[in-house]
Amino acid sequence: MVYTFRILRYDPQKDENPHFQYFLYETSEEKSILEALMDIRNEQDCSLAFRYSCREAICGSCGLVINGSFDLACRTGLSSLKSSLVHIEPLPNLEIEKDLVVNMDPFWEALYKVEPYLHPKGESPEKGYRIEDKEMDKILQYINCILCGCCYSACPVASRDERYLGPAALAKLYRLVKDPRDQRPFSSWSKINTEGGVWGCDTIFKCNEVCPKDVRPADGIEALRRKLIIEKIKRIFKFRK
Amino acid sequence: MIDQDILVVGGGLAGLAAALACDSNLQIAVVSKVHPLRSHSVAAQGGINAALGNNPEGKDDSWERHAFDTIKGSDYLADQAAAELMCQRAIPAIYDLEHQGVPFSRFPGGVIAQRPFGGAGFPRTCYAADRTGLVILHTLFEQSLKKRVEFYDEWLVTKLVVRDGRCLGVIVFDLATGQVIPVKAGAVIFATGGYGRVYSRTTNSYINHGSGIGIAYRAGLALKDMEFVQFHPTSLFPKNILITEGARGEGGYLLNNQGRRFMEDYAPSAMELAPRDIVARSIQTEIEKGHGFEEQYVHLDLRHLGEAKLKKRLPAIREICIQFAGIDPVDEPIPIQPAQHYSMGGISVDGKCASEISGFYAAGECACVSVHGANRLGGNSLLETVVFGRIAGEESSRFVQGGEAVTEAEKLLLDGALEVKSRIEGWRKKDKGWKVHLLLNRLKVIMSDRVGIFRSTEDLKRALAEIRELREDYSRVYMSGDCLRYSQELVNIFEFESMLDLAEVITTGALDREETRGSHYRLEFPKRDDTNWLKHTLVSWKDGRPQIDYRKVVVEKYKPEERKY
Repeated sequence: MVYTFRILRYDPQKDENPHFQYFLYETSEEKSILEALMDIRNEQDCSLAFRYSCREAICGSCGLVINGSFDLACRTGLSSLKSSLVHIEPLPNLEIEKDLVVNMDPFWEALYKVEPYLHPKGESPEKGYRIEDKEMDKILQYINCILCGCCYSACPVASRDERYLGPAALAKLYRLVKDPRDQRPFSSWSKINTEGGVWGCDTIFKCNEVCPKDVRPADGIEALRRKLIIEKIKRIFKFRK
Repeated sequence: MIDQDILVVGGGLAGLAAALACDSNLQIAVVSKVHPLRSHSVAAQGGINAALGNNPEGKDDSWERHAFDTIKGSDYLADQAAAELMCQRAIPAIYDLEHQGVPFSRFPGGVIAQRPFGGAGFPRTCYAADRTGLVILHTLFEQSLKKRVEFYDEWLVTKLVVRDGRCLGVIVFDLATGQVIPVKAGAVIFATGGYGRVYSRTTNSYINHGSGIGIAYRAGLALKDMEFVQFHPTSLFPKNILITEGARGEGGYLLNNQGRRFMEDYAPSAMELAPRDIVARSIQTEIEKGHGFEEQYVHLDLRHLGEAKLKKRLPAIREICIQFAGIDPVDEPIPIQPAQHYSMGGISVDGKCASEISGFYAAGECACVSVHGANRLGGNSLLETVVFGRIAGEESSRFVQGGEAVTEAEKLLLDGALEVKSRIEGWRKKDKGWKVHLLLNRLKVIMSDRVGIFRSTEDLKRALAEIRELREDYSRVYMSGDCLRYSQELVNIFEFESMLDLAEVITTGALDREETRGSHYRLEFPKRDDTNWLKHTLVSWKDGRPQIDYRKVVVEKYKPEERKY
């Protein structure tokens, strides 16, 4: 089978604008987009740049836009595509470093802002916390997040408003706040009670649609909103008492 | 010049555990050739061992039993004090991970769940479904953000700078800028992982080229027990993605083309949960006897576990099978074959992770302490990373605080950087010769065909000759791409030198060791020989070639006996 790859190329140090380059790619085997990209690089143009590591959809390196859809290159089979023309673009709304490699700094910085680590209260019990599985099941979907950045890149709000933390960071915050071991004070996590935080989401759920791991980050954002409101009501009643 | 108190190379579990254990008053940085979360640790699935005794069937478990299983599993090549230290520290290490936020699966009552694993007398493998590596790596990364560890991502270390037996720092190639940068450090910890991609069939990530081990070797350090290469019994055919041992721990069967649980012929009491070396050999034997499918694989059958259990305990395995093989293990058996998985050998270090070069430490898969000996038990590699990563962090901190300042380091580091630059220029200047991916493909085939599960003298000799031919060809390697930034080709050219070294060391050790022990099976010498070979192989680069030396195994409590499972 012969495929035509149309791959975005851009070297900001040399090129004025990004352009597309065409590559013919022939294979008789069942290959993933990542394997095809590696073959094309090795056999046709060694300067083609892209990220990869695990090739089994767990490390989060190879998020790309493949024929218009966000996905990991490693888990997308060539034969799953409906056409023999394959458009490959880097994750949008992030600066291109080279070809398919983008600058992920805004994504990571947003993550750091939510203090993405457990805030236990006091001394931890010597033999570990006792937590029932059903408590952890509530946050399981968020635990599965591999931080590939597809959601952040696809989010229309993150693309237009640099204050917005984006879906992955907020989902991570919810995963931690909801963890029975986490005791971070309301004053700390309620910092996301802003337009840059949970109220920035315009609920078109692009993040849920593009996530390759079924994390459904928007569920976490919605849940954080509910939790914020409930906590506020609780506080009002406490105050009145 | 960048100057750090402690420089950790590698952002996987061992590297992050080391960085977290370093004294907070010191300046600590982690250098990694990928973002730390893209490290291969993330792909670990089944779990991490500790004798917590939480499983009702494991209530009599103890760290001593864990140590015994580890040593017996190692075919008595592990150093017993080191194995004991690891197993004793396992218990607090798990609670520590739990306190840091690792979302372990739980038993009713809320204690950390534990499942049976191969070669273990009790169910002692703690897990988070089948994504244990993902959750631990993400948790340690979160903790290093809290600790404000500095990260230099997408920096490839190309050289270790040493003078008079003292480590001064490293030379890196920065992928983002294409520049060569010298980094001075009071101490350097290598946590650079394994070399799986030296083989064509491997469960390892594409990035696992093993260059950290190779760089240490070229800096003059001995590599220990490199001939012991673990082949994991169950990798998904044909992509060789790992299917966790946890699948058998949960009750999965291995079936040949007659639908028979053939492990009863090889390990009648442990069956599918014999140690990996034995299960991998059994599968390979079945395939070679014509009892496989398409002469290439056997079946791992999980159907009898039921959909609910599969979804709860092995969700990632199900996802992998569906996405990468188009098979739902709820309805169909999984086609599996053995594939290279892990390196028991590595940079020779002592129980404090210290090496012969002062100020240089190593931990995790790149190091050989040795706790795994000739065969590692499943669930012990994650354990090794957190226990010995921590030790490396603590010991290097002590070293830096007690050591005297090094003079003239800058000049040597700048010289090192110039040397690396001139190598790059050399590869760029040429416009013909060998392209590195062709050399890489040749090497992988040699190693998989000739230095695999079953090893013959003739194959090993031919492999050595072919590796040396490849070394000749490597001297004519050239860089065809015109841009240094994000040049994976250049990364591969750098790393290929290490891959050649490692292939040569593995094969040399395998040819030299005329016995069968753990993962190392010699067709002409099918028995273990404790009289002559209860010793570690040490290979060093001297006078332009590998030279072999030996060191006695530290046998204490546990006298070598025949391994029966």
